Amino acid sequence: MRNAFADEITKLGSADPRVVLLSGDIGNKLFDKFKQNAEGRFFNCGVAEANMMGVAAGMALSGMRPVIYTITPFTTTRCFEQIRVDACYHNVPVIIVGTGSGMSYAELGPTHHSCEDLAILRTLPNMTVLAPADEVELRLCLRAALKINGPVYMRIGKKGEPIVHKNGAALEIGHSINVRAGGDVCLISTGTMLPVVMKAADMLAERNIAARVESFPTVKPLDQEILQEVFSRYPVIASIEEHSRIGGLGSSIAEWLAAQDNMKGRLVTFGTDDEFMHEVGSQDYARRKYGLTAENISQKVFAALDKSAR
Amino acid sequence: MQNTERVSSAERAALPVDELQRIARQVRARIISNSHKTQTPHLGSCLSCVDILVAAYFHTLRIDPRNPTDVERDRFILSKGHGAPALFQVLAMRGFYAESMLDAYGEDGGVFAEHPPTPDHLPGIEAATGSLGHGLPIGLGMALSARLQKRNYNVIALLSDGECNEGSVWEAAMMAGAQQPGNLVAVIDFNKWQATGRSEQVLALGPLADKWRAFGWDAHEIDGHDMGALVDVLTKYPSGSGKPVAIVAHTVKGKGVSFMEDDNNWHYRIPTADEVSAAYKELGVVA
Repeated sequence: MRNAFADEITKLGSADPRVVLLSGDIGNKLFDKFKQNAEGRFFNCGVAEANMMGVAAGMALSGMRPVIYTITPFTTTRCFEQIRVDACYHNVPVIIVGTGSGMSYAELGPTHHSCEDLAILRTLPNMTVLAPADEVELRLCLRAALKINGPVYMRIGKKGEPIVHKNGAALEIGHSINVRAGGDVCLISTGTMLPVVMKAADMLAERNIAARVESFPTVKPLDQEILQEVFSRYPVIASIEEHSRIGGLGSSIAEWLAAQDNMKGRLVTFGTDDEFMHEVGSQDYARRKYGLTAENISQKVFAALDKSAR
Repeated sequence: MQNTERVSSAERAALPVDELQRIARQVRARIISNSHKTQTPHLGSCLSCVDILVAAYFHTLRIDPRNPTDVERDRFILSKGHGAPALFQVLAMRGFYAESMLDAYGEDGGVFAEHPPTPDHLPGIEAATGSLGHGLPIGLGMALSARLQKRNYNVIALLSDGECNEGSVWEAAMMAGAQQPGNLVAVIDFNKWQATGRSEQVLALGPLADKWRAFGWDAHEIDGHDMGALVDVLTKYPSGSGKPVAIVAHTVKGKGVSFMEDDNNWHYRIPTADEVSAAYKELGVVA
């Protein structure tokens, strides 16, 4: 995903002289083309994220379109107050990109994990929160984000994520993307869990369960229209995210659901546990540990559906 | 980017020093009476920076109050946001909004809080501050934007000495040291106090000017109540040397009223009606 980000921001930066790229001392070589095509508009802000956020807000207040790129915890939890005051309170178009989000950097330990970012950033007024599933969604999200006149947070993976939208996709901020049709159950995925969720849908199909899959590249604003539809139609709706079950997409849907009258659907949430992962492991290991696998998702959803039928 | 063809109307007021001193006395009197009327604290911090604000707004800044968003204007950020009561008076007197608006100071539903609101809520404000350590990074972003947009405006950020406790101040200082925006000025209102103690004792602040120099800035020390010196330094810098400029302005907390000067109780204390009268008398301002 990060190569797609570098490629897309280079295109966007070449076309729009307002685009400025700020990096927190990562992405060496990754942005060489941007530096060539958008001369003078790349700033390595060093390992100083609080300042980087303020600089970006100052640029946005001056008519520029700054895009911040660094590892997720450092561009979210590290400088949360600067995001809140400088970007959100001023309501200026700063795009904050968190790379290696969720458990992408599982091997690097909990300092580099980010399973709280969606939770904290969606509490901020004026903030749009995006989590593209693959590089197709990422490119579309970035283009759409540059048209928003306010702060945007986008969490992305690292590299080598499989492409789900092989034939392209249409994306509108605040709207889900239908990836698979099905009449029995609905799986709502955000971020890079989508390939796993597609596989879970395959496994459910083997058990004669037709699963609809919706990708939610936008976590905030929540697509209430689609929620209204799926919770009216399906007995079981599952949310899947590589993020804590506290505060992310699942929580967001639960908050919405609690305020509705007489919904047919029941919500089942999948996400990481409320703990730091102390042991060493890959992203796959982390996903297995927290039940973010096609096997576990399909099994739990099958069980929930079975229970609802009785 | 936008409005590139339009001729800017932003210009210096460049009032003479004696006139600036008269305005500063007026501003001090209004801040004190407003503090009493609205029970607003931070009097000491406001009084220490009045001369800096008046020198900037009534002499040096190239601004047009009728066109507060002129893209070519100089930017002034009150990074020590708790000095807002002083800034609100100065902006009104400079004509950014009617002085009568300040009658609603502190009222429910109004715009005049204890810290500056966002620019879209009050003309003349460049950044909403109040949490310390935010103004210099924002100012740096503005200064770098001028370079990218080929504009020649300057950016002044006014910091307090206590504010220099914040790591983000020094992050910005280092990035400015690397980028060398010659159009950025940090003025430090060095009144020697922070909320609960001497600023050189709470954290190791000194040697303040040398610290800025060590971070790659030009640094100058002046008497922050000497209007002539303020006008001189603000006009002379940014000088085009390429380096960002730090002005360590030695000030007195509570400056202008004998019983408030260098007494840190006035960080939070509200003056009585009698104290307001006494202050007016000392300032030579008729109530």
